[in-house]
Amino acid sequence: MDTPTQALPPLPDLFPPQPRRGKVRRLIVQHPSIVIGGSLLVLIILLAIFANWLGTVDPYKIAPAKRNRLPSMDFWFGTDTLGRDIYSRVLYGGRVSLFVGVSVAFLATVLGLVTGLIAGAYRRLDAIIMRLMDGLMSIPPILLAIALVAAIGGSVLNVILAITMAEFPRMSRIVRGVVLSVREQPFIDGAIAAGSTMPKIIIRHILPNIMGPIIVQATYICSAAMITEAALSFIGAGTPPSIPSWGGIMNEGRMLWQIKPYIILFPAVFLSVTVLAVNLLGDGLRDALDPRSATRL
Amino acid sequence: MLNFVVRRLVSTIPVMVFVALFVFSLIYFAPGDPAALIAGDQASAAEIERIRLSLGLDRPFFLRFFGWLGDVLQGDLGVSVFSQLPVTTLIGQRLEPTLSLMVMTVVLSVTIAVPLGVVAAARQGTWIDRFVMTFAVIGFSVPVFVIGYILSYVFAIRLNLLPVQGYSPLAEGFWPFLKSLLLPSVALSGVYVALIARITRTSMIEVLSQDYIRTARAKGLGQGPILFVHALKNASVPIITVIGIGISLLIGGAVVTETVFAIPGIGRLVVDAILRRDYPVIQGVVLLFSLGYVLINLCIDLIYTLLDPRVRY
Repeated sequence: MDTPTQALPPLPDLFPPQPRRGKVRRLIVQHPSIVIGGSLLVLIILLAIFANWLGTVDPYKIAPAKRNRLPSMDFWFGTDTLGRDIYSRVLYGGRVSLFVGVSVAFLATVLGLVTGLIAGAYRRLDAIIMRLMDGLMSIPPILLAIALVAAIGGSVLNVILAITMAEFPRMSRIVRGVVLSVREQPFIDGAIAAGSTMPKIIIRHILPNIMGPIIVQATYICSAAMITEAALSFIGAGTPPSIPSWGGIMNEGRMLWQIKPYIILFPAVFLSVTVLAVNLLGDGLRDALDPRSATRL
Repeated sequence: MLNFVVRRLVSTIPVMVFVALFVFSLIYFAPGDPAALIAGDQASAAEIERIRLSLGLDRPFFLRFFGWLGDVLQGDLGVSVFSQLPVTTLIGQRLEPTLSLMVMTVVLSVTIAVPLGVVAAARQGTWIDRFVMTFAVIGFSVPVFVIGYILSYVFAIRLNLLPVQGYSPLAEGFWPFLKSLLLPSVALSGVYVALIARITRTSMIEVLSQDYIRTARAKGLGQGPILFVHALKNASVPIITVIGIGISLLIGGAVVTETVFAIPGIGRLVVDAILRRDYPVIQGVVLLFSLGYVLINLCIDLIYTLLDPRVRY
């Protein structure tokens, strides 16, 4: 005979083991823009890195007999006025945009961190540093970059330095702002009371608290830098025309664009999609890291 | 109040001095001899010497800086190396198209962006909100020259509705003037609309959660007056601030837009100057644009201190 206890229905499983796919799905549901932006960005980075193996030809090879071809099976994006394959040039050109974007984001973050931390931590230097930042920010970024590149010459390194000068004051401002609000917290007083020194407090306590806003701002700087780089190359004041870049290809296509719009179209689409991907990633990270702040300046 | 106005006015002085110092030392950032750089590759030694003397490059740096600053304060921005014309004259000739483009863009952007942001805030979380926010992300991401070419291709080349390129001065009639600026200013609005719509939405969401909005609803006011009279007025300070700050994006965008649409404005002037290494022109344009930007933001600060008694610094 069965005992009554055996007749009881099984207890529902209150804590079912999380299926492994749950994490990914939750990320997609909660932060779709991180996933969409991130995947697009990875795709474009892969296209740029593996450009050699993706059916490209030498992007510098001039072939006068094949100039101004429409997009076809042989030339996926057509050829330009010198007969160069636009598909190859666009793929290789992505390297310049991505490299400039990432380098500027990195350099501007480092510079912004150093100046912002110093300004936020040492009141005496605050006024001086912030007046310098005000001065730099009162020159419109593209104009500042144009003026600097005009002076120091248009190599990839110089373009990176010029755009960094134009972009880092914003980062510095943000870092300083967060430092000023964090240093009012009681745990900083506690650290000071415990005999901690300022540099130690910055590294141990302040830095971890400002990582969120900094990462978000760095993605925005990255996208702004890619637009500025393309704008500089587009007006002919950026990286040397010998290196294919999205802005540079558009500059070369400018003269013919009323009859051959595809020369401009392909780099334009790639540039816009890349910047969109970085911006989506930044927006997603902003919501994920700090749900309170919904503004972007 | 007077105290604040004076302090705000004084605070722009160090900023402008810094800008002037930066602009002035531009030619020193360049490796090599500034005089040889300006003279170009084909210049003779005598020609380089002439430029060195005419720019006063033989004198000490700060002596030259204050001499130059004195000239600038008297409205003398130097002489173009390329055309031998005064920089102020060159800028004066190009001012109309650039100013028209920017004014039209600001008017267009504010008229589009503020209602978009208000509606997005009022319908927060619905498809309208998501549409406006998606539109804003795209506005931030598609560069002005890309929007410019797309618009020009569709409306000028395919549909033949508007001129492809060029600028028609206001003196030659209002309609041609408006038509020549419509596509450029729509293209230039992209990022500006995105910026203003986003801040309008954020600021409105904040205000709409306030008690006095509930009171307004309770006394039977319609959605329209609540949104556009009660809420927008109180949400306006961040919006106006961003409109001012955004001018900086607009100036950079104007340089590029003028290249796309072949508008003979200050942007073209500076682009041509870069290709010719015409430093006095580059310096003059950077200085003028920065001064304009600082003054606009100064005015905005002062205006809403006067209008809004809550703003105190």
